[in-house]
Amino acid sequence: MPERCADDVRAAAATVFREEAGHLVGRLIRATGDFTLAEESVQDALLAALEHWLTDGIPRQPAAWLWTVSRRIALNRLARDASYSAKLDALAVLEEQGEGRHEPDDRLRLIFTCCHPALAREAQIALTLRAVCGFTTSEIARAFVATESAVAQRIVRAQRKIKAAAIRYKMPSEEERADRLREALAVLYLMFNEGHLSSVASAPFRRDLAKDAAWLMSLLCTWMPDEPEALGLLALMKLSLSRADGRFDERDDLVVLAHQDRSRWDHAMIAEAVALIERAASMHRIGPYQIESAIAACHAESKSFEATDWAQILALYDLLSTLAPSPIVALNRAVAVRQVLGPEAALAEVTQLEGALSGYHLFHAIRGQLWSDLGQIDLSRAAQSRALGLTENSAEQTLLRRRLFQ
Amino acid sequence: MKYILLFCGTREDQAAFDAMSPDELRRRYAEVGRWFAENNAKVVSSNRLQAPHTATSVSFGPSGAPVVKDGPFMEGKELIGGYCEVDVTGLDEALKMAKTWPGRGTVEIRPLVPPPGP
Repeated sequence: MPERCADDVRAAAATVFREEAGHLVGRLIRATGDFTLAEESVQDALLAALEHWLTDGIPRQPAAWLWTVSRRIALNRLARDASYSAKLDALAVLEEQGEGRHEPDDRLRLIFTCCHPALAREAQIALTLRAVCGFTTSEIARAFVATESAVAQRIVRAQRKIKAAAIRYKMPSEEERADRLREALAVLYLMFNEGHLSSVASAPFRRDLAKDAAWLMSLLCTWMPDEPEALGLLALMKLSLSRADGRFDERDDLVVLAHQDRSRWDHAMIAEAVALIERAASMHRIGPYQIESAIAACHAESKSFEATDWAQILALYDLLSTLAPSPIVALNRAVAVRQVLGPEAALAEVTQLEGALSGYHLFHAIRGQLWSDLGQIDLSRAAQSRALGLTENSAEQTLLRRRLFQ
Repeated sequence: MKYILLFCGTREDQAAFDAMSPDELRRRYAEVGRWFAENNAKVVSSNRLQAPHTATSVSFGPSGAPVVKDGPFMEGKELIGGYCEVDVTGLDEALKMAKTWPGRGTVEIRPLVPPPGP
């Protein structure tokens, strides 16, 4: 099969996997009570699908195909172990054909299981991608520039803990809900950011982490429509995606905000995000994601870089600094300070962050920019080259190199 | 599903505990007593351990011969002050108990290996 055609099948398969994986895993857990068995059977079914569909094309009812194969794999695994006869019976009575009954909250329960705070953050992300979004292990490895065996090991360890420590496949109780939601949002935000920076239009076929995280986020908001922070995070993701096309030029080089062609932004998506922010604000429970999305909306709605309402952005950063103070927030705030109060004031704030952020490339990039504003060319160049040494992202490297040799 | 809650702390936690006034101590014990009363149905057994300096360790070297030594196995900053075996529906319920533990420090939750099945 020609490469382009194979990529089309892979892309179509990825869409099916994303839609179906969580349902399949959920149904198998409900039937067997065994997270690992369910998760691994579905993963094997996805791999089998990729192999078959690349030669035979995508079947007319891909969901039914996946269910039949997942179920059969689970049955085979169970049959190998006589002590599982009760589970085998439970699975045997589940219908052979058809897509069967979807429990509406299967995927939500699955997200909360995969994002359980008792699991390590990396494991939460890998497990969510595999069980809920239908990523294969090798796709996760590629997305995180890790080896396949490292990712597989992370997943196996998490599966073992889920079983041994009895992390239940259930919705969090009313009193657990706030904590558990915060944890799930943190996982999805990280997943999104990981995808966002590395999303280059012409990259070889790769599932887009950022889009999958936004998709999961919108599912979460459908199920939990009264959670303002969830709406805020969804708005934040939409605002980032809406500007994705403007972030890279025709050579796939990163373009800074000031030079982006704003006509290439997706203004319909920006409007959706703003509507989400307004809906969240009407609930009167302010939180960090809502503020971050409000800041992003200030940029997105501004007609030009020069017309940006920096005073408003600075006020929002002040609010964010009291609500969720962190060195990164302080660094971003300093960028607004530069616009409102000037580079000298900004440099004073940035310098205070040296201890906390000396390993972070953007700290040096921003400090370099401020020194350059103040005519300190040598200091500026040293900072930019320090920044260059600290990022592995090729688009960012190109941008920094260009600044360095300007 | 059974778990052991291990009540752990650092030497600093221990020093803070030792520095408590009799009044504070009485209040703390009352809180701990209330915690046990509230969780009575889930607690299988529980004990407080004597201080680490009372510990004796028996280690088996490469030759398999037991060597008796004064002191606890875990040396350094962390110590275990007591434990509590609980029988609950899953990790979330054990977490809920640990989160309300009035004794401060750190509570480690360890699932017990279930008895062999039928």
